[in-house]
This record gives sequence, structure tokens and C-alpha cells, in this order.
Amino acid sequence: MSEPIVSIRNVSKKFPGGVVAVDQVSFDIGQNEFFALLGPSGCGKTTLLRMISGLEPMSGGQILIGGEDMANTPPNKRPTNMVFQSYAVFPHMTVEQNVAYGLKVTGVAADETKRRVAEALDMVKLTELAARKPDQMSGGQRQRVALARALVKRPKVLLLDEPLSALDAKLREDMRLELTRLQETVGITFIIVTHDQDEALSMASRIAVMEKGAVQQIATPAELYEHPVNRFVADFIGKVNLIDARVTSQSATAVHCEAKGLGRIDLPANKPCGATVCIATRPEKLKITRQEPQEPGLVKVQGLVRDVAYYGDTSHVVVEAADGLNLAINMQNDSRGGGAGVARGQKVWVHWLPAESIILTE
Amino acid sequence: MAAVLWNRTPQGPLEYSRRLWLKLLLFATFFFLYSPIAVLIAFSFNTSKRNITWQGFTLNNYVVAWNNPDLLDAFTNSLIIAFCSTLVSTLIGGMVGLQLWRFRFPGKTAYEAFMALPIVIPEISMGVALMAFFIRIGWLTSDVGWPLNLGPIIVAHIAFSFPFVSIVVRSRMVGFNVQLEEASRDLGANQWQTFRYVLVPFMKPGLVAGALLAFTLSLDDFVITYFTSGPGSVTFPVKVYSLVRRGVTPDINAASTVLIAITVIATVLAMKLQAPTKAAKG
Amino acid sequence: MESWRDNRFVFWLLSLPGTFWISLFFIVPLSVLWIYSFGEKTGITDVAITWTGQNYGRVIEPVYLQIMWKSLWVSAVSTLICLLLAYPIAFAICFAPDRWKPILLLITILPFWINLLIRTYALLAVFRTNGYVNKAIGWLWNGIDWLFGGQHPFQPLELLYNNGSVIAGLVYVYLPFMVLPLYATVERLDKSYLEASLDLGASQLRTLLSVTVPLTMPGIVSGVILVFIPSLGAFLTPALLGGANAIMIGNVIETQFKSANDWPFGAALSFVLIYATFGILALRWAITARSKGVEF
Repeated sequence: MSEPIVSIRNVSKKFPGGVVAVDQVSFDIGQNEFFALLGPSGCGKTTLLRMISGLEPMSGGQILIGGEDMANTPPNKRPTNMVFQSYAVFPHMTVEQNVAYGLKVTGVAADETKRRVAEALDMVKLTELAARKPDQMSGGQRQRVALARALVKRPKVLLLDEPLSALDAKLREDMRLELTRLQETVGITFIIVTHDQDEALSMASRIAVMEKGAVQQIATPAELYEHPVNRFVADFIGKVNLIDARVTSQSATAVHCEAKGLGRIDLPANKPCGATVCIATRPEKLKITRQEPQEPGLVKVQGLVRDVAYYGDTSHVVVEAADGLNLAINMQNDSRGGGAGVARGQKVWVHWLPAESIILTE
Repeated sequence: MAAVLWNRTPQGPLEYSRRLWLKLLLFATFFFLYSPIAVLIAFSFNTSKRNITWQGFTLNNYVVAWNNPDLLDAFTNSLIIAFCSTLVSTLIGGMVGLQLWRFRFPGKTAYEAFMALPIVIPEISMGVALMAFFIRIGWLTSDVGWPLNLGPIIVAHIAFSFPFVSIVVRSRMVGFNVQLEEASRDLGANQWQTFRYVLVPFMKPGLVAGALLAFTLSLDDFVITYFTSGPGSVTFPVKVYSLVRRGVTPDINAASTVLIAITVIATVLAMKLQAPTKAAKG
Repeated sequence: MESWRDNRFVFWLLSLPGTFWISLFFIVPLSVLWIYSFGEKTGITDVAITWTGQNYGRVIEPVYLQIMWKSLWVSAVSTLICLLLAYPIAFAICFAPDRWKPILLLITILPFWINLLIRTYALLAVFRTNGYVNKAIGWLWNGIDWLFGGQHPFQPLELLYNNGSVIAGLVYVYLPFMVLPLYATVERLDKSYLEASLDLGASQLRTLLSVTVPLTMPGIVSGVILVFIPSLGAFLTPALLGGANAIMIGNVIETQFKSANDWPFGAALSFVLIYATFGILALRWAITARSKGVEF
């Protein structure tokens, strides 16, 4: 990574009453990244974002933006701008006045203000609505105003707090594409806070998954999905089958274990694991067959189809095996007969390649 | 207080309540609001006849006030007036509140403005208007004897109290879930039974709060009472006014303290009752 | 809400007592007063209705114009001081921790329930020449004087019976009226507007002037009206704290009815006050109607 634009070092936030919202968090965000803070509500992601903006004071630690310590910099002096969850578009100003506000209050010359405002409005395609008041606009339009108002300041970092949560599903889809396009055009670092994994996976270049005030993993979307480091991340990002197992022995390249419902299995592993592990496998990696598969080396188990949910392109199947082990399988309906082939109450075999499973130690 | 004034965790840009100057301003304002009242109460227990140096604790001023027939009569009058006015204001105000909450009718905005007139018109104009009216119809000049001579004051107090009661009752009723009424009708209750067993219990906190409001309004009123009282129907505030013009004495402090205690208790009760209770929302 | 037609009996039952009471004991007395304002004094309480306009003519005599002007500016100054005090107080209460809010609010409103006369009387006792304010100033003065050799012993100040004491009294009495509507609007204000302003580079002062004040304007207007109207018609405060040289319009009205016995003139003055009140309310209505496009 090039020189980091934002450095977060041991940042903590304790609220009065003893709630620890953010606990000793450290990481760097590089130039021009589209960085997502992802986690369930109450995980501290919004608090962290607000501490970067300066709207929330820190209880401890250090935040550097562009190499400068922000400890004594109030929010109005920081090179960051925020798009608020409620947009906070000033209701008593027109669209144009809203966008010009940040330039006006910092003493930018009138003609330059005019030029930059026009540019920003053009960028978010609101030039025609410049004279409107916010109460005559839709949620999506108001969000564009909030975006233009922040971007016109040319911040080093743009902070977005759950920017899509107030929009309806269709608009949300469009805005995702629009935000990625904008980020590429303006070349500013975006930090987005979201609780929606699809949003983070589809937009961000890197994602920090947070829970209980701590960062669980920072990785690219694909890495996060395919190589989660712990149970929480595996479970939070996408769907996953988690199977508890007891390790019986381990060699340099494989681990032998006794898994619930599966019996003895061997999985590839290059790190030493403890006595108990958790085997995580994505539902789309699992396959269903009527007959027992004969290829060697597969993990396989027989069970009863408990539930089939048909979604057109895929079918989600739940199979119950021995020991009360429930396995979720996503079948691609890649032929016309595909989805219909499995029905509730059928006896089937579920199998997958050992390399598709990940061994989680925590 | 020190722990509140000096807090070590860093201040957020919007944590205005932790700004020192704001705390000092708040403190100074409360001091400005309360110190005269505190002094007044403190000196009702003072042995000195003059209201300036503290000489010792006594309840003697209360005994003096109690034994002053004029003061005691005025106090009794105030309580009787407040009691009667509260009773009628609560009834009328409750009905108007219900009507405004319940019905849609042509000219409603004008009717609401009409009902709010006694609240907006300057007190002194209302006072002199009632005085001219009562003298014109002979209510203030005829000698009907006590307690009937309190009648004009009670009538006047009802006129400015019940619009306030109607506002309180109406705002209480806004929280009423109309389906409760429909459920009652559905279960076989008639209109009166529904009113008696569903609406009235829900209204009750609003009625009690409205009644306490009417009570304090009546007890507090000086201006309108001043213009509608005759020689035999002096209320406590009017009596105090005539005494104050002659000088400040500790027995007035004592009587005032009693009145303050009554209103503060009524107010705190009213606030408690007005606080939205979750269970009642239905 | 149902139409009155659906339940006429209940509608009339509920509406009659209130309508009756307001009509008979409010509208009729005001009408009597209004008619009196066009009459001529013939005895102590006797008025002949001659439909003369001379009572209103007297209102604009210089001596009364001066009193009205004074009532106006004294009320305006009191209202302004209330606003300047109440705005930060409302903010402090709104941003206070949740467990403090109801307590602070109660402390602010409680004086409003205590008898107006008792409060004014309490103020009188504190401000008079041998009251506590003078004692405190004297103590300070004598202390400083002692440091410089004790040449100028303290002379009690006459703090009462001037315009200043009337203004102090009006602020004292009506401050809660200002705090309440301001508190209500600031409480409802979405705080992210203020955060957005700070985030966009505006200073705290700039945020106050460009965002907070415009967005809390409805509360400011309500508070100003709630303080200004009763101040304008104040009678008790100037009577007790103002003395002879700080008379306001309310005191002139009182004199006409209680001692001068010139009811027609008093009635005319009362209606000038009522018209002024209506004028202020109309102004407010115009302001809210104009800014109707803005959703707060």
C-alpha cells in the first residue's frame, strides 16, 4: 500500500456509563481506497467514522489524516467531509445554497464558489434542480445534494454514514453503481459505514469487519468471503455451514478430525490448530446427488431433504444428516430439470471437496 | 457540583451542556430565579421584624399570620374560589377538549381561536372588561353577603381557566387508540357504557392534570381578581398587594410560603400525571 | 375524527357549556367595554354612550403616546434579554444527559407556577435599598474601599423604581415562557444539521447564525410572542417595582378604572392594547405563512 491517508492508532471510545463502543482499534487506509466499515448495529462502526470526522471525541488513541495528527483539530478544520445517514440537507436553503455553504463559510471567493458548485451539481446530475428546496425533492435527490455538498469541498477523505439505508431497494442498487463511479472519477478516498454485507462486498475495495468495538478482519471482498479468519466473519458475510469438530491428529499438510455428523474426515491445513475447530463451508460449494458419489477424497454424508426453497436461478436446500447436523446447500438450477430434481423427504448424498472447507480456530 | 463542572473526558463539538460558560449561565439564571424566593421563605422563619438580618428561627410569623383575620379570610377566600373554579373549569374544559378532539365541523379553526381568546387577550383588558360588566349588571354593587360575593371572581376564573383545561385534555386524548372504542362497541357496549368504561379511564390523567392546572391558575391570579373583587371578597394575592404597598413584613412571608408550598405540590403532581405512561397507550 | 353530523346530540352537549360561558362571561364583557370606549363619563361609574371618538383621540396625546412608547421599548428590551438568556439555557437543557433533563426542565418551569405577586414581592425584598443586592454590592465596595484606605463608605443604591427594575422584574417573571417553546424546538431539531454545518467547515458561531437560528425560528417567534404580549400589558410588575416614574400602559388603564374613574378612556386604552395584541398575532401568522414552504 502507498502512503496511508488515514491512520487509526489504538483508538478507543468509552461512553459515560461505561459502554465501550470502540476498543483499541488500529488500521491504515490508503490513498484512493473505497473502504467499508461493516458490522452489525452497535458494533462501533459509526462511532469510529464520527471520530474520524471529529464529531465524536476519542477516549484514547490517535487519528492521523494525511500524516497529520487530528487530536486538536475540530471537525470544521479537518480535511474530511461527511454524508449523513439522514442526509442533513439544510431545509431552509436551496440546493445551490446547500452545496455552496461549505465554500462560503470557509471564505472561498464568490466566482470560484459559483464555478465549483456548478461543477459539483453537474457531477451528481442536479443542475436543473439547483433552485429547489429540499422538501420538494425525493430521498435519492436529497442524497445527491448531500454528496455534492461534501465533494465540492474536495476533502482528502469522504465519509459516508449508511448512505443507502434510507432509500428503497431499486434506488439503492442504482446508487451503489453511482457511488463507485463517483469514487473513480473524483479519486478521493471513500470510507463508508454499512451493516449491509452486499453493499460492502459490491462497492468496497477493502472491508473492515467490526464486532463489539473491535476489528475482526480487514481484507478485500473476495478474501473476506473465501478466507474468513473466524466464526463471526464467516457467519456475518454470506451464508455458511459451521460444523464443530474435534482434532484427533495433525500432520504438516492435513488435519484429521472427528466432525459432528460427518465422522472422521481429513482436511488440508498448514497451520497448527487447537483441540477443537470449526469447519466452515459455503452452501454453494456443496453438491447433492441421489447416488453415493464414488470419487475418492470427497467429504460426503447421507441425509434427508428437510426443506427446499426455489428462487428461480438457485434453490436453497436444507439436508438433515446424522447427529442432527443440518446442511444448507445452494443449487444452481443450470438445467431446466435442476431445481425440480430434489424434493422434501428424499434421501440424498451431500458431498464436497475438502479444499472448499476452511478450518476456523476461533 | 464540582464533579459536574470539571469533567476530564474530551468534549465533543455538540456537547454544549458540558461547556463551562453554559453551566455558569445556567447556574446564574437559576440563582436569579430562585434566590429571591429562597430569601422570602427563609425570612418567614426569622425572629427579626425587619426582613434583612437573620436573628433566629421561629414559627411565630406563621402564628401571627394565622391570627390576622384579614389575611386568614383572604386565604380562605382564595381556596374557596380555587376549589369552585377548578370543579366547573374541569367539567367544561373536559367537554370542550373532548369535542375538539372528537369532531370535525365547519368553522372549527375559528371556534378554536374563539376558545383560545381568554388565553391571548391581555389580562388587564379582560379584568377591566369583567369589572365594567359585573358593575353594569349589578353583581359587584349589590350586597349579597359572604360567600355569594365571591361569585363574580369564580365566574371570571372559570372563564380564563377552562380553555387551558380543554387544551390539556385534548392533547391527552390525541394518544387514544380509537380501536379501543371500536373494540368496546364490538363487545356489545352502548355509547354511554363505552364512554364510561373506556374513554373516561383514559381521560383521567388529563382531567386530573387539567384540574391541578386550573387550581394553580386560580390561586395565582392577581390581575383579573383585583378588578373583580369587592370590599368583602378580597383574595390572598389582592390582600398581599395592598399590604406590600405599605411595607414588607414577615407574616406576609409566612403566608406566601404556605401558598408557594401548595402550588409547588400541585404542580409537581400535575407534571407527574402528565408524563406519558406507556401502559395507558393501549 | 367523526363529523358533527354523525352524532349531533353529543356534539351539542359537549359544546354548549363552553360556548355559553365564553360568550356570556368573555365576549359580552368585552363588547360592553368596547361600547364604553365610545362613551362619555357622566358620573363615577356612569357612562353615556355617545359614540364619540374622543377617547381614542386622547390616546394619541403626547403624554400617553410617550407612555405607550415606553411600554413598547421596555417590553422589547425585556423580551430581548429573555431571548438571549433562554436560548443558551434551552440548548444546555437539550444537550444535557437524559437523567438531568427533566430535573433542569422542572427547575426552569417551577417559578412560573409560583404566584406572580409573591415572586414580584420577593424581588422587591431583594432589590430595595436595604435588600440583599445592595448588601452584597456594599460588602464588595467596602472591601475594595478598605484596600484603598477607606475613604468612600458605601451609599446604598436606589435599585428600585426605575425602568431598569421593571425590565429586571419582567425578565424574572416571564423567562420560563421563553425557555419552554425554545426548548421544544431545539429538542425536535435534527442535530445532524449542526454536525453537517461543522463538518462543512463552519465555525460554531457561523453554525449558530446560518443553521441553528433559522431552523429554530418557529420557537423563537413563539417565545417572543409569549413574553412580549404579557409584558406589554403588564400592570403588577411596573406598579410594584416601577414606582411613579416607570408607568406602563397597564398602570394607566388601572388608574382609569380604580381611581380616576374615567371608564371610557380606560376602555379605549384597553382596546388599543387588544388591537396591538391582534396586530402581533397577525404578524406572526404572516411570518409562518410566508415560510410555509420550509419543512422544519
